Amino acid sequence: MARVLLHPAAKPLLHVLCLLPLAWLVYAAALDRLGANPAEALIRSLGDWTLRLLCLTLAVTPLRLALGLPALARFRRMLGVYTFGYAALHLLCYAGFDMGLDWGEIARDVVKRPFILVGMCGFVLLLLLAATSFNRAIRWLGARRWQQLHRSVYLIAGLAILHFFWMRAGKNDFAEVALYAAILAALLLARLLRYLRGRFKVRSLSL
Amino acid sequence: LEGMRSAVAGAVTMEKPTEYKDATGYNNFYEFGTDKADPARNAHTLKTRPWTVEVEGLVHKPRRFDIDELLKLSPQEERIYRLRCVEGWSMVIPWVGYSLAELIRRVQPQGSAKYVEFVTLADKAVMPGVGSRILDWPYTEGLRLDEAMHPLTLLAFGMYGELLPNQNGAPVRIVVPWKYGFKSAKSIVKIRFTEKEPATAWNKAARNEYGFYSNVNPDVDHPRWSQATERRIGEDGLFAKKRKTLLFNGYEAQVGQLYAGMDLRKNY
Repeated sequence: MARVLLHPAAKPLLHVLCLLPLAWLVYAAALDRLGANPAEALIRSLGDWTLRLLCLTLAVTPLRLALGLPALARFRRMLGVYTFGYAALHLLCYAGFDMGLDWGEIARDVVKRPFILVGMCGFVLLLLLAATSFNRAIRWLGARRWQQLHRSVYLIAGLAILHFFWMRAGKNDFAEVALYAAILAALLLARLLRYLRGRFKVRSLSL
Repeated sequence: LEGMRSAVAGAVTMEKPTEYKDATGYNNFYEFGTDKADPARNAHTLKTRPWTVEVEGLVHKPRRFDIDELLKLSPQEERIYRLRCVEGWSMVIPWVGYSLAELIRRVQPQGSAKYVEFVTLADKAVMPGVGSRILDWPYTEGLRLDEAMHPLTLLAFGMYGELLPNQNGAPVRIVVPWKYGFKSAKSIVKIRFTEKEPATAWNKAARNEYGFYSNVNPDVDHPRWSQATERRIGEDGLFAKKRKTLLFNGYEAQVGQLYAGMDLRKNY
């Protein structure tokens, strides 16, 4: 398994996989195959893929530890940057196709709709993480500060779920929201357990 | 189902009708699922024959109508109405039916009748969405009696010259073109005349978001989004600019007097 993960083709393959949903959406949009309300379909689909990629990104570390596959770590940054990419497209499509790039209207919408505000906050945080995702940023910030900053990915996950939840609240329809919330909660819980176990070990050692 | 051209004022808009595939493939009919494509996928299980509509409550002549009897009760007319969904999209649909007032006159409401309640089918066996807790089933809607009597309020049996497809509320539904779409109950099984304002499905689910009146009004926002503009389905695809929403969905000349003196912000 580790050999497959370290294969020179592994990263290019993951790039292709991450770009597939986007390629499909562009193709469907160009051929008018997005259904009766193409703008809505495009915006929602990009939102869905942002959430899916966020789940995948957060799954890398727990999987790496559970399966004993250190090689998995080399895909984490890439998945994170793709998460940001889909979020940015999601936001751009909202601004362009839903609001007609009318900045005044967008500003009013952010204030009017809490779920838009929550989504925007999540995006700003995600932008910070993407902007500090390269190696030199770690050196500039110092590993400790860099890690503290990048822990805000948990906050981003919470904001993303709240954004999705509020969007669906008007329709009382929470089945999908619950699914993503459960996945993210499980991934967070895996980290929490590991952290607590680590502390317990440290304490027993110092005794 | 053929309908003659309607002579009712405002009943035939000149706007371009929405494509049939969009009007029958992009629907809100939660009994068949919450996704817009679900009704078209799932509603084939609905059996529209035999079908009866019970008319009861504060009327002198309560009775049960067979669907075939209802179809022949009054001449069928074609009405081309704008449809505005509370979610911010709109369509133009050629319906076939006749004014609900034709039916109401035949059952003779009593003086105490002030409202009309519509009860729709909620059959778990054929409607997968009825198992969910999204709404309190059956879906009910209501109108004030004068709204129900307005000639534009349509008892519809068909669209695009044919009988209603199941996903559009077969075999009989109402269409109230100046209100948000959810006010127009589909697959009706009971019409009840009452003195008190009836509880309505979306109002029960979220009182401060969906009012009893729910008239289309660009100046009264939904608590969580603006109602100032709408997207016309099928119009120039992805890059279409949204259009401005009109008061009473553009039927102000015909229905404005129903709300004279009322505070539309309070009675949203």
